Amino acid sequence: MDTLQLLISGIANGCIYGLIALGFVLIYKASESVNFAQGDMMILGAFLAIALLNTDQADLPFLLGLAIAGLSLGVFAYLLDALLLRRVFGQPQLTMVILTIALGFVLRFVIGAIWGHDPVGLDSPVVGQRLSIGGLTVPVIDAVIIGTTVFLVAVLWLFFARTRLGLAMQASSQNQMAAYYMGIPVKRVVSLVWAMSGVMAAIAGVLFAAKGAVEPSAGLVFGIKAFAAAVIGGMGSLPGALAGGLLIGIMEPFAGRHLPSHIAQVSPYALMLLVLILRPSGLFAQVRAKKV
Amino acid sequence: MNPLLTVHNLESSYGPVMALRGVSLSVPEGSIVTVLGSNGAGKTTLMRTLSGALAPRKGSVRYRSKRIDGLEPDKLVREGIVHVPEGREIFPFMSVAENLRMGAFTRRDRAGLAAELGLVHEYFPVLAERRDQEAGTLSGGEQQMLAIARGLMARPALMLLDEPSLGLSPMLVAEIFSIIRRLNQEQGLTMILVEQNARAALEVADHGYVLEIGRIVMDGPAERLMDSDDIREFYLGKAADSSRGRRRWRKRKSWR
Repeated sequence: MDTLQLLISGIANGCIYGLIALGFVLIYKASESVNFAQGDMMILGAFLAIALLNTDQADLPFLLGLAIAGLSLGVFAYLLDALLLRRVFGQPQLTMVILTIALGFVLRFVIGAIWGHDPVGLDSPVVGQRLSIGGLTVPVIDAVIIGTTVFLVAVLWLFFARTRLGLAMQASSQNQMAAYYMGIPVKRVVSLVWAMSGVMAAIAGVLFAAKGAVEPSAGLVFGIKAFAAAVIGGMGSLPGALAGGLLIGIMEPFAGRHLPSHIAQVSPYALMLLVLILRPSGLFAQVRAKKV
Repeated sequence: MNPLLTVHNLESSYGPVMALRGVSLSVPEGSIVTVLGSNGAGKTTLMRTLSGALAPRKGSVRYRSKRIDGLEPDKLVREGIVHVPEGREIFPFMSVAENLRMGAFTRRDRAGLAAELGLVHEYFPVLAERRDQEAGTLSGGEQQMLAIARGLMARPALMLLDEPSLGLSPMLVAEIFSIIRRLNQEQGLTMILVEQNARAALEVADHGYVLEIGRIVMDGPAERLMDSDDIREFYLGKAADSSRGRRRWRKRKSWR
């Protein structure tokens, strides 16, 4: 029973890692670079939601506040790409990496300057509630997190497999030049991918803040762990990112229980190293040599 | 016949490297015009400039007597100019059907698209068979067919075909070129065909231009080029008779 409880809490955590890892992979596929500010964008989304929703703040209706926070992050990420990152396109990949790392720092300081550095939680309608299913006690928020993730993944899957824009996003990532020749406005499509990943970061942030508490610097550690999840899944694979997130999420509570804490803390990175050694392109790699 | 496309004194460069040094040509509606030239002559640059992927530095491009130089591909595809790039450049992890759908990205009319797909399947029956197969797993010849078919999905008036014979066996080259000829004759599709395989290109083309280091050095009707000694020697691989009665291996290949 204990194991099952740990497992459910691990899956819920893993879902949040997975959502952030999905953001990493989406941007990696679109811009061929890693957005190291992904974790900080998540925290920005969380604080925005807290400012809009908490009873001692703006106290908006829950869904309205959520929508505003998600949309704001989407617009923020779109503009970030359209106004700033697009300019370094064609530079070595490291340029974008450093730029997003710097952006992470800026976001962290701005969040701290506006909302302070103390941990804050989000007043969600389900805060503190628990579900009891035959001896098993599950926090309602964990169920909400898992449900939301399943829903989002299904929506994403349908979007990429069925819609014209979703297919155009795939096409742009698989062969940018050819997509450009086909008349796909590649630049706008890439910015839209950033927007999507911003919205996902906001949702992940809201779920994270509703489960526990957030503080401005949490994005750093969280982002790096989610990055490890994306690498484990095979940077470039969406199912892989989710699987990597779940793997890390599930591993953590078990490692925390059975291993000394200093070892438990490095376990996600140890797993990443192991995967990189045994299967360098990740568990769900999408690689194939181009035919000439 | 009115020219569908007129290029006047086009200059393009990659940074400081000038790749086109004043190219002029004209493409009559309903014809196939081929541009021959060796590696680095600027053939692909010309195609990229015409399709809008590269902005020219100087010169003009008129299409149906409208200036189009400097417009981006998403505008030009809507105008009816489609670029089928060198080396296939399909979307490898998408199915054949999805690749075709991307070719029609700029179009919204569902009925027209269904008709287009029927037409494409008529010319390339193998693509109908492989509809759901991942495009990256197709053979080289099938990928080239897919690339042309994907271009057709935009219902172009002018197709820019860059090296369709690249890396294909002689039999496949013949097959692709017979389809090119049929598309031109049956659908009235105007084409600019860039080729290293000069023989195959001159056989289907109406008119040919020879591009050397960014300049047009020679042009004429395809049959005349086919009979020209220079073309025969440099592009068709026939030894020239020299006055000394033996082959000169390193005759300077200069035109001006």
